[in-house]
Amino acid sequence: MELLFALVIGALTASGVYLLLRARTFPVIMGITLLSYGVNLFLFATGRLATGQQPVIGTSASYADPLPQALVLTAIVIGFAMTAFLVVLSLRNLADNENDHVDGQREETPPHRNKNGR
Amino acid sequence: MLVSAIVLLVLASDGSYRIYAFGNWQPPFGIVLVLDRLAALMLVLTAVLGLFCHIYASGGADKGNRQFHTLFLFQLTGLNIAFLTGDLFNLFVAFEVLLIASYGLLMHGGGTARTVPGLHYVTLNLVGSALFLIGIGIIYSVTGTLNMADLAVKIPQVTGNNLNLVKAGGMMLLVVFGLKAAILPLCFWLPKAYARATAPVAALFAVMTKVGIYAIVRVFPLIFGEGAGELANLGMDWLFPLALITLGMGVIGALGADSLKTLVAWQVIISVGTLLAPIALGSVAGLSAALFYLVSTTWTVAGLFLVSELVTSQRGLAGDSIVTAPKMRHRTFLSVLFLIGAVAAGGLPPLSGFFGKLMILQSVEPGVEMAWLWGVLLVGSFLTLIAYSRAGSIVFWWNVDGHQETPEPMNNRVSISTGILTCLTMLIVVLAGPISDYTRATAEQLHDNRGYINILQTPVHVPQSPLVEESN
Repeated sequence: MELLFALVIGALTASGVYLLLRARTFPVIMGITLLSYGVNLFLFATGRLATGQQPVIGTSASYADPLPQALVLTAIVIGFAMTAFLVVLSLRNLADNENDHVDGQREETPPHRNKNGR
Repeated sequence: MLVSAIVLLVLASDGSYRIYAFGNWQPPFGIVLVLDRLAALMLVLTAVLGLFCHIYASGGADKGNRQFHTLFLFQLTGLNIAFLTGDLFNLFVAFEVLLIASYGLLMHGGGTARTVPGLHYVTLNLVGSALFLIGIGIIYSVTGTLNMADLAVKIPQVTGNNLNLVKAGGMMLLVVFGLKAAILPLCFWLPKAYARATAPVAALFAVMTKVGIYAIVRVFPLIFGEGAGELANLGMDWLFPLALITLGMGVIGALGADSLKTLVAWQVIISVGTLLAPIALGSVAGLSAALFYLVSTTWTVAGLFLVSELVTSQRGLAGDSIVTAPKMRHRTFLSVLFLIGAVAAGGLPPLSGFFGKLMILQSVEPGVEMAWLWGVLLVGSFLTLIAYSRAGSIVFWWNVDGHQETPEPMNNRVSISTGILTCLTMLIVVLAGPISDYTRATAEQLHDNRGYINILQTPVHVPQSPLVEESN
């Protein structure tokens, strides 16, 4: 389970970073979302992976660490709000610049250079 | 809020640590707010800045957005939590609070010019937050705690493979704080974003980079300080050259700036470099000098942002770009303010920037670092002066004939707040003695982390008699 978990986090983070470096706002937002999934899973794993244990002392022989769960919850909420804000901001960018390029470039750039960003 | 911040400053100046434990959990189990000299100093700094920026904003800059004042206060809340918290995760939450407010403030006023830098700013900070969480996660997984005092106890006990994990986590935190503070490879977002923001917002943002510096000063000497065993002084040998390069980069940017606000935004980066160099060297004298300069430079830069906005409003079409234009109204008033700000920023006597830089120069011990720091700082200051005198003489002296058709009137709130904020640099000179005593005591307190660790033993107070009042 540990290996699978680590691979999933690695894949999420890697694809998140890759998408972040794209030139359009939509992939960037997707990238940030994937990255924050990876981070949240990672945070969750900091309490060690275990099944069938309750985060309450005394209910079973060993117990799960409740703190990472609280941290993840906070991180998810914050990440959600930030992503929502970013979506609105990029819509605004699209409306203002009639273009969803992250640098707000207009179409006067040569077409072959624009292809790079796709 | 200024009043309560000053009360806290007086409380903190006796050198003890006061804590406020949320929910009355004994630290390290609950989240604590910790008040010490450094936190109190930053609170006063922020409160003064916030007050004058707010007065300025109420003079007309807040039009068109009902949420402006809410966001402004929200931002101040975030700043205050960041300065007071004694918990790493709570620091993350505070960062997010002040960031989401700053996103809103940055967009205030709207316009195409602000969307793109805003987009960069938000994206960068989101990635920074992700890194911050990873760093926190790594450190938590090894030490099992997030309380800063408890971390300072646990980190020296880390051994074996976990050592590398903590090292990775610590360096990630340094990267994140560096992003907030705008150290060199992470500073290119700043000039565009700050130069496009409205003046009171940009002026308030002058303290935002200082949050990054505060976090470095708070976390690194405490957790990765002298007593941290194999992890002592983690990352500090990276920080010094980066700080110097940041300084150099800022100077080059300032020389090439085409508008007053861009010039001042680069000045923010210059001051970050100047501040971090002595902090990275880690001596008590250096830290104390850096704190003195921090107070001075924050107010100066904020004042300069306000002045350049006023200049913009008086120059009609020319705006704040450094070009010749018809003579503006209120030229004497504005040029005197600009002169004061520029002299303080460039580090000429008799204003506070000079004393701050002098203290930084005196604080380094002879050696290779001293040669580098003296060289870069002195040449940098000289070139900054050139940049300011070029900008000032073109904007204020080289007038072409003709009159502004539509000079906007300046109201009292705006001019008074700008004037006072700029003249605070003189106040710092007058009070240089007490302030430097205070910063020295702060630096000593920071250097010796036993006091901070002792808050673990502090018994939690009973609800009826709170030990400390909250700041907001």
